[in-house]
Amino acid sequence: MDELMLDGNAIAGLLQEVFAAEMTTAVGTCGDCGAAGPVGAAHLYRGAGIVLRCPHCDNVLAKTVKNDSRVWIDLTGIRTLEVKV
Amino acid sequence: MAGTALLGRLTWQLAELVEVVAETPRVKTIVFDVPGWHGHRAGQHVDVRLTAEDGYQAERSYSIASAPDSTRVALTVQRLEDGEVSPYLTDELRPGDKIELRGPIGGYFVWEPSDGGPLVLVAGGSGIVPLMAMIRTRAAAGDDTKTRLLYSSRSQDDVIYRDELERLSGNGLTVVHALTDSQPPGWTSYARRVDAEMLAEVAPAPAERPRVYACGPTPFVEAVAEALVELGHDPRAIKTERFGPTGR
Repeated sequence: MDELMLDGNAIAGLLQEVFAAEMTTAVGTCGDCGAAGPVGAAHLYRGAGIVLRCPHCDNVLAKTVKNDSRVWIDLTGIRTLEVKV
Repeated sequence: MAGTALLGRLTWQLAELVEVVAETPRVKTIVFDVPGWHGHRAGQHVDVRLTAEDGYQAERSYSIASAPDSTRVALTVQRLEDGEVSPYLTDELRPGDKIELRGPIGGYFVWEPSDGGPLVLVAGGSGIVPLMAMIRTRAAAGDDTKTRLLYSSRSQDDVIYRDELERLSGNGLTVVHALTDSQPPGWTSYARRVDAEMLAEVAPAPAERPRVYACGPTPFVEAVAEALVELGHDPRAIKTERFGPTGR
């Protein structure tokens, strides 16, 4: 267990800024193990950017980097994202 | 104007400090008036942004401590000695000062009376803050959902909201304290870290299908979640909010 690990709640503000919707209750399906769960329950690690990992298999779901004017998001590890509209 | 922003769009707003309440030697509640605030749900947080004269900006997230109350928003902040933001919020800000914040944010770690129970709230240190918002919301609504709070602190002096929790007890709410490092004379409650045995004693049985919210430092939350699953609770009914070793 990593003491620096947080959960998806910690990226809620940034995701809402980008997607203009509440995203921690959005359900993501892991591109590796296929487990589905809310973004808020994903494991989150902060470094130069923010990495979201699947709580079941540890697969990298998403990588996010932000600077003053842009947000860069890599969603390769997420198969589907179901967002309430 | 800010009030007509797109649905779901987050915008930074100026919030004016109206009141400071010392909770423990290291923790203060700071109450803001946020014009145009449309209320929030218990468990949500705000992002706070401070800007230095040279343009350097620091952003942090803080759980909302208060139940929805017009344009008032209370945050409870633990001062971190080497913190970039918390010492400013707890020691430098004075009533009338303004900061930037945006919110309310989050929808996963949220409870409303209509969600029902029974509720199990497990707090480690300042992890009590979003859970207190749930307890206050429940009380303000006159709701009597069966609620058990298991609250771990280092010592009695570190217990945030101690008097208010005592006052709100009853009417379905049971508060159980665990003091890990030191206990006052005559202490009869738990004097150790939260473990599976303690959770089995405090929480309703898995068959009652309680909704669990656990908030605290990462190792605390991990231990609590693992113990609850071990006891047979449904992992999907356990919601966690970890704030890491440096607080949030």
